[in-house]
Amino acid sequence: MAFTTMVGARIRRREDPRLITGRASYTDDFKTIGTLYASFVRSPYGHAKIRAIDTSGAKDHPGVIAVYVGTDLADAGVKGLPCAHKLPELNVPPHPALAIGEVRYVGEPVAVVIADDPYVARDAAELVEIAYDEQPVVVDPLQALEGKTLVHEAFGTNIAFRLPIAAGDTDAAFKSADVVIKQRFINQRLAPVPIETRAVLAQWNPGEEGLTITTSTQIPHLLRTQLAVALGMPENHIRVIAPEVGGGFGAKLNVYAEEIACGWIAMQLGRPVKFTETRSECFTAMIHGRDQVDDVEVAVKNDGTILGLRLRVVANLGAYFQLLTPVIPTLTLLMAPGCYAIKNISTECIGVFTNTMSTDAYRGAGRPEATYLIERTLDLIARKLNLDPVEVRRRNFIKADSFPHTTAMGLTYDSGNYEATMDQALKAADYPGLRKAQAEARKAGRLLGIGLSTYVEVCGMGPSAAMPAAGWDSATVRVEPTGAVTVLTGISPHGQGEETTFAQIVADELGVPIEQIIIVHGDTDRVQYGVGTFGSRGTAVGGAALKLALDVIREKAMKIAAHQWEASPDDVEYRDGKIMVKGDPSKAMTTAEAGFLAFMGDKLPPGLEPGLDATRRFEPPNFVYPFGTHICVVEIDPQTGSTKIVRYLATDDCGKVINPMIVAGQVHGGLAQGIAQALFEEVVYDEDGQLLTGTLLDYAVPRAEHLLNFELDHTVTPTDVNPLGVKGVGEAGTIGSTPAVVNAVIDALAPFGITHLDMPLKPEKVWTAIQQAGGL
Amino acid sequence: MQTKPSISSSTAPAQTAIEVEVNGEKHALTVEPRLLLAHMLRERLGLTGTHIGCDTSSCGACTVLLEGKSVKSCTVLAVQADGRAVTTIEGIGTSRSLHPMQEAFWAEHGLQCGYCTTGMIMASLDLIARNPDPSDEQIREGLGGNICRCTGYHNIVRAVKAAAKAVKK
Ligand code: FES
Ligand code: FES
Repeated sequence: MAFTTMVGARIRRREDPRLITGRASYTDDFKTIGTLYASFVRSPYGHAKIRAIDTSGAKDHPGVIAVYVGTDLADAGVKGLPCAHKLPELNVPPHPALAIGEVRYVGEPVAVVIADDPYVARDAAELVEIAYDEQPVVVDPLQALEGKTLVHEAFGTNIAFRLPIAAGDTDAAFKSADVVIKQRFINQRLAPVPIETRAVLAQWNPGEEGLTITTSTQIPHLLRTQLAVALGMPENHIRVIAPEVGGGFGAKLNVYAEEIACGWIAMQLGRPVKFTETRSECFTAMIHGRDQVDDVEVAVKNDGTILGLRLRVVANLGAYFQLLTPVIPTLTLLMAPGCYAIKNISTECIGVFTNTMSTDAYRGAGRPEATYLIERTLDLIARKLNLDPVEVRRRNFIKADSFPHTTAMGLTYDSGNYEATMDQALKAADYPGLRKAQAEARKAGRLLGIGLSTYVEVCGMGPSAAMPAAGWDSATVRVEPTGAVTVLTGISPHGQGEETTFAQIVADELGVPIEQIIIVHGDTDRVQYGVGTFGSRGTAVGGAALKLALDVIREKAMKIAAHQWEASPDDVEYRDGKIMVKGDPSKAMTTAEAGFLAFMGDKLPPGLEPGLDATRRFEPPNFVYPFGTHICVVEIDPQTGSTKIVRYLATDDCGKVINPMIVAGQVHGGLAQGIAQALFEEVVYDEDGQLLTGTLLDYAVPRAEHLLNFELDHTVTPTDVNPLGVKGVGEAGTIGSTPAVVNAVIDALAPFGITHLDMPLKPEKVWTAIQQAGGL
Repeated sequence: MQTKPSISSSTAPAQTAIEVEVNGEKHALTVEPRLLLAHMLRERLGLTGTHIGCDTSSCGACTVLLEGKSVKSCTVLAVQADGRAVTTIEGIGTSRSLHPMQEAFWAEHGLQCGYCTTGMIMASLDLIARNPDPSDEQIREGLGGNICRCTGYHNIVRAVKAAAKAVKK
């Protein structure tokens, strides 16, 4: 049988049969005897002091087992929610799992009712009576900056931190500029909206004093560590299981109040406790993303060359910190120069508290904001100087021969060729043809717009030194006596398909039939410590660890084989999926055969340990920097202001591709989320801090009819940051698409002299802008 | 702040007797009148392939067939299914013998996390039953009640198209 390579092939996903038949288990699908149900009582106010809580009515309700408030947990020594960061001089507010004395956003949990039936728990939650004294509310980050209304009185300010980063001589650059352009960009708040809301099942096993938490998380091990700290118990008495997880998008990279509370309550009651978030709770109490006000000033020469950039990012952090809240906007600063060689730069990030849910990692986390502000700025330059946006990009690109390239912000971009990828995209789109079509459309009074974004993003989250928590990841490969291969990975995929991509890698490296490989993840009792899945790090870091472990296995298997043939290990090689003696096809052995010998233990070279397994951890020496060009063509209906995307092309470069089908899927999903930010998604609080977008009826997520078939293409610029040569692709689509769409819409509105509108570009906003510009 | 845990339910809300046929099998149940069909399927019959993603019948994760027509089982009461036939994802195919619609979702990579998928497949079955030869646009419109946050729908549309073809053969 000829050996066929799996890596690079469009292999159907191995996780799918269970998912498409309804036989997979998500957290809410688990139930054990005696399961109790938690219903949280949440603040209806954006800001209030808690005067009194009366739980007696709820406790008396038939079926209610217990009711807890914040002080119950605090008195028992339960700690609040953790925040991982490396920022100096940060105001860190206390963040108890259940509010104590004061509530600071709508949806903040105040009490929890435990009952033997979920319907009863919700009925009884209505009976908890809480007396509140309403306090003044601030939801707008710029108002919060002024500090008239304080979210945390103790700090005397709403500013959590200020982080300035500068390089070069920006003032001189501005002095020598031909043109200076200033613009404020609002990057609106978004809700991640995984279709599976959060769910937690906490089980206490008194026999082994073990706590098992099954939860919809992206980070089982990090969560276990944090739960151990919060609950004050040895980490190895806690088991965290992330079973099937129904989407995360960064939001499930977190430690939530409900996880801590349910864990503690399960121990108190000695019974399993389950919490399943409603969609409305998911909107109020799951982290939000974005929410920045970015003031940009750019100094340019008449030919479009950028001389310097000034940037102030005001980031709305919400009322408290979740795991990475203050870290996310700092990524915006770091990535602000994008794919352009900007030497003089002066930036500041100001994180402010408001009476809203915390912001944290949501698909792209900090980089979509950076890409948006710089890509919009490039278009503003083009408009101002009457240049083609393509030309302005070409003039400012970091040149292909200058990689690795250290930016003014101190990051070293690993590899890239921005111009070549852009050219390929322009060709695929027939850019000159598009511009011609646009000119004709304009003559006919039609509003056709062409938008471009050329992005670079940072992902493959590691190295540890640059991360608020660890940045490495792990893999264990076990060749079983029959030759089946078990892989335990420290990453925790939730839709990214690593059960397939990793199996592809193993099949190639060891020559094992893919059916005999199983990839285990998401269970701290089964898998060695790992960091989890976020920031497009699954394959770039976890896959790289797997490759290292496979190298160890191969080497050992070759030693075992060589010993049988009385050959030198140097004369043995892996070829066509088998171990062979170089130049002697008669001597061949499969990995399975070597594995069997390794387990028999008696025919091994002297000194070689029996068994065939290996655990390796990969610490990436650097981030990876995927890039690409997105082109969007829109047509606006001047009567209604509604935007229709006519074509969408994405040419991405994520390094080597292991499964093109899965990579394309990731890009599609990212595009949908990024396009939606440009056109309609937004979280809205009113000035009292009430969430106006608290259900799927008010918050516009894209549906099939809002989108179109995407045209994808790619280039391959490998990286040497990891042994697989892969970069990440999970966030690229989101990052590249938002500015491409907005640039297209603004381009369509150019005949009206409109140079900028803030997202989301809903029909009403576009229509109003057209009217204000004199209409048609 | 806690009372003694008890395993048996101390609540006794009104109960109604119903008979439902689910995936060809008859079930006689007594249910609270407010029990949702989605909860009945999941909690009482253990058919957890039907997922719940919202509380406003907006997401379609819970879609099942009631008398052959797609419904959102989070907006149907269990008592409304009395005397009627329900088909859930578990009733149309297994990993060893997939329904052509399941096969197509697999082949076209029409899913990622899989949470929306079972509802998406059930809604798509109704869609192609009503329109055996749908255009891309009709598929997009027909799936307007189902949200997928992972795939961007590109591959879902292809999957439904491919399934429609396969079923016609
Ligand atoms: S759960 Fe039924 S439509 Fe969302
Ligand atoms: S596959 Fe995740 S929501 Fe559709």
